[in-house]
Formats: sequence, structure tokens, C-alpha cells
Amino acid sequence: MENQKIKIGTIEASQLSEEKAAPQVKTVSILKKVQRQFVPQKSISKRSAFLMGVLAFVFLILAWSVVTYTGIVDPLFAPSPSATLQEAVRMMTSGFWTDIGVTVMRVMLGFAVALLVALPIGIFVGAYAPVAAFFEPVFSFVRYMPASAFIPLFIFWIGIGEKEKIAIIILGSLPQLILMIANNIRNVESSLIEVSYTLGTTPINVLWKVILPKSIPDIMNTIRIVLGWAWTYVIVAEMVGASSGIGYTILQAQRTMKVDSIFVGILILGLIGLICDSVLIMLNKRLFPWSTNER
Amino acid sequence: MESIKVQGVSKRFTTKKGSVQALNSIDLAIEDKEFVTILGTSGCGKSTLLRIIGGLETASEGHVMCHGSQVTGPGPDRGMVFQQYSLFPWMTIQKNVEFGLKEKGVNKTKRIEIAKQYIDLVGLKGFEDLYPKNLSGGMQQRTALARGLANNPDVLLLDEPFGALDMQTREVMQELLLKVWQTSPKTIVMVTHDIEEAILLANRVVVMSARPGKIKDIIDVDLGKQRDYNTRLTEKFLEYKRQASNLIRTESMKVM
Repeated sequence: MENQKIKIGTIEASQLSEEKAAPQVKTVSILKKVQRQFVPQKSISKRSAFLMGVLAFVFLILAWSVVTYTGIVDPLFAPSPSATLQEAVRMMTSGFWTDIGVTVMRVMLGFAVALLVALPIGIFVGAYAPVAAFFEPVFSFVRYMPASAFIPLFIFWIGIGEKEKIAIIILGSLPQLILMIANNIRNVESSLIEVSYTLGTTPINVLWKVILPKSIPDIMNTIRIVLGWAWTYVIVAEMVGASSGIGYTILQAQRTMKVDSIFVGILILGLIGLICDSVLIMLNKRLFPWSTNER
Repeated sequence: MESIKVQGVSKRFTTKKGSVQALNSIDLAIEDKEFVTILGTSGCGKSTLLRIIGGLETASEGHVMCHGSQVTGPGPDRGMVFQQYSLFPWMTIQKNVEFGLKEKGVNKTKRIEIAKQYIDLVGLKGFEDLYPKNLSGGMQQRTALARGLANNPDVLLLDEPFGALDMQTREVMQELLLKVWQTSPKTIVMVTHDIEEAILLANRVVVMSARPGKIKDIIDVDLGKQRDYNTRLTEKFLEYKRQASNLIRTESMKVM
């Protein structure tokens, strides 16, 4: 790869040196550089990818600054970046940390329970047709019932304590996890299974000797995606009958018209999500360097 | 002694539009340590026949015997190498080649030793600790071959093993396979659609006709045991090629 890039570079340089006017050469080379980045399906360097990502955030903050500092939007509806930052500092020093902690704990606990149950069921659903025929219709059905619709029922059954919040997260993520893990298992190429049979593996052993090791990176990816969804379930649960958590804080802020607090709450959610995602992606790359499906 | 005996094997696939006859009463006996290639156009059922011998597919009629016992499913006595390499991506080359030995319960030191020997044989010394994704297609297929050989099966079944490789790599692989077979003879059944490949490697070329798949003719290839790339240019080789080409051509025309 690196080699190829250098080669392209030298070819380019030799072509350009034939042209006479120096300033012209420069504009042409920049244009060509940009052009070379815009080839369908072609990847760009890690550094430029990072810069592009940062650029998007810069634009976002810039747009936000423009509409707030110039007074186009009433500060009552949207606080400026600096006001939001100030509010964030104020909230952090007056106990918002505990709310963040509570929410994170709920998500982690609920998701861990869901994963513990979903992992064996998902694996068996993916591997064995009779198990799939039994479980899949039910979970496909439950999957289409929004977890948030169960909140009133769960409050009635379990109350408004921690258990109810965790139950919502479990209900929301369990069917998704099971069905997606089952698919990860199914995606293992049949030729890999067949070849292991011809090398002496038995049908019982093939599950944990071939199918599982092959699908673990994909299952990790499923975990990452569904964990992201679990965050939305917890916030909804915290907006109904809760007395702590990020969702509760956001709802309280709305009641006292503190839009800056709402902004902080939402931004913190995004930030935690981004961190979780990055850590899991990094973990996947570290643990499974052999895997070709990176990302 | 007969290694593989295919007796009256037919195969029908049922699809939505009705049933398709893939194979029609195939009879074939393959001797011990014989190299047989099955040659045919695409869709003639040659891969299906190999998969039935391998036990990965069941025959609608008839049966396959391997060293006197009936084939009921896949097993380590009939090793297989597929076109798409099918290496275990989470294992290094070394571990891939050791896999079958480990399944057999061969102890670790012995396993490592045997694997090294076959890795060496296919010319991958020094690549033992790499993962398959770091290797080229040709090198991956060498690994698959080493893995199949290291397990020491009675019969090695090759399903268009070089079909996904470029021409130059394919020729190198053919010579490698010749070398392997010359140094340690073994019953090999190989499916291919490449006429030259079929003749260069085989003691016998089984030419198949299409729809339904039948054995059209069997060509005994008498080119001696020592063959290499020069063999392709000999008068005798060209004569076999002419013969096989004519057989295949009439089949291709029929399908078109």
C-alpha cells in the first residue's frame, strides 16, 4: 500500500515537472490531490479521515455559534456554546456526576443481564434449525413492540424503582441481541464447517471449535450496536417515574425551562456513546487482529 | 486394491420448478494411489460427484464405498480442499495445518513436527506465524493443501483447487501437486474444468457429459511418472489434449 502511494507520487511529480509555469503547477497539484481523494469506494489515509471528522464538528459548532451569538435565536430556546459550557461546569460541581453514574450503571446492568441470556440462546438459534424454528417467531414479534410502550405496564408490575428501569433495558435489547447474534452465527461460511468435517471434527464440536471462534468478532460488533440502542431505552425509562439519572435531569430542566441543562444532558449522552463505541471498536481490533472485517 | 468405488450413483435436486437430474448412474472405481481427474464443463455435476464421495452430499440412488466401507458422511479418511481455500482465519498457518492432527489427538510435539514438514513441502517455511489474511491466494491454497495432506487421509479430494488463481500461480501449484504426489503417492481425486491441468496431473481423466451428468469417456494418460511443465509440449500430451478437447467441445456446444 505504502509503496504504491509513493509510486503514484513520483509519477505525478515527473509529469508535473514537464509543465513550465511554476504557480500553475501548484494549483493543478492541489486540484489533483483533491480529485484523487474522490474516487468511489477508495479509502483515504487515517490522518485525513480524522481531519474530516474534526472538520464536521467544527462546522457544527460554528453554525451553533452563528445562530446563538448573533441573536438570531432567542437564548431562551438555544444557549450559546460558552453558556452551555458554563452550565456544564456548574452541573458537574453540583451533583450531575451521580446522575451520570446512575444512568451508566442502569445501562450496564440491564445490558449485561440481557447479554448473558441472549448469548447462549442466540448461538443455539443460529446453529440449530429446530431451536431457531422455536424461538425466532416469538422474538421477531417482541422485537416490534417498542420497549417504551411497556413502561406503564412495568411500573404497574414492578414499581418505579431501579428494577423497572433495568427491565426496560433488558426487554429492549434482548430480542435484538438474540436475533443479531443468531445471524452472526449463521454467517459463518458453510465451506469452513464442511472442511472441518473432512478434517475429523464432529458436528457437536464444530460449534465451539469453528463456528464460535469465527463469529466472535461479529458478535462483538453486534454488542456494540445494541449497546447504543440500550442508551435510548434507559433515557426513555428515566423520563417516566424516575428521581435520578440523565433522562430525569433533562426532564427536570424542561420543567424549569433550563434549556442549557437540556443541552448539557444531551451532549453528555452523545459523548458517553462515542467513548463506548470507540473503546469497543479498539477492543475488537486488538483482540482479533486476524479478522478481515475491520470497523 | 480399490480405494474408492462409486456404484450406480444418481443425484436429483428438487427445486421450485421441479427436479433436476444432476448425476445419472455413475460407476467409477479408483485404485489405491491413483491420481484421477474429473473433467467437465460447468454444471455437469462433477463437483456434486466429488461432494458425494466426500460425504458432504447424499446420493439419491446408489452408494460410494471407501476402502470397503460405505460412505455415510464426511470423515478424516477423505480429506478435501476447496476452491475458496476455506482456511480458519483466526488461526496462524501453523495452527491451520495442525488442525486435523489435533482433532485426531496427536500430541503437541508430534503435531508441530508434522505440520512443519508439510508447510516446508508446500514452500511456506517462514510464514508459519502469519494469519491467512496476510497471504496471497496462492499461498492460502498451499496452506489448505498442506492442511489436507498433514492429516494423512486415505483419499484427497480436490474441488477445483486452483480455479480462483491466476494462470502463472496455477501452473506453479500444479507442479507442486505433482511433486507432492511423486514424493508421497496418495489417492487423489480432483475436479477441474481445465483440460491441460486434467491431463498433466492424472493417471486417468474422467470426462463427464452434461445434463444429466454422466461419464462420457475415461482417458488413460500414459505420460510416465516424472512430469513437469515441459510435458505440456510433448507430442503425446498434445494428442491427449486433442482427444479431451473434442469430447469437451461437443458437450459445451450441447449446453449452449
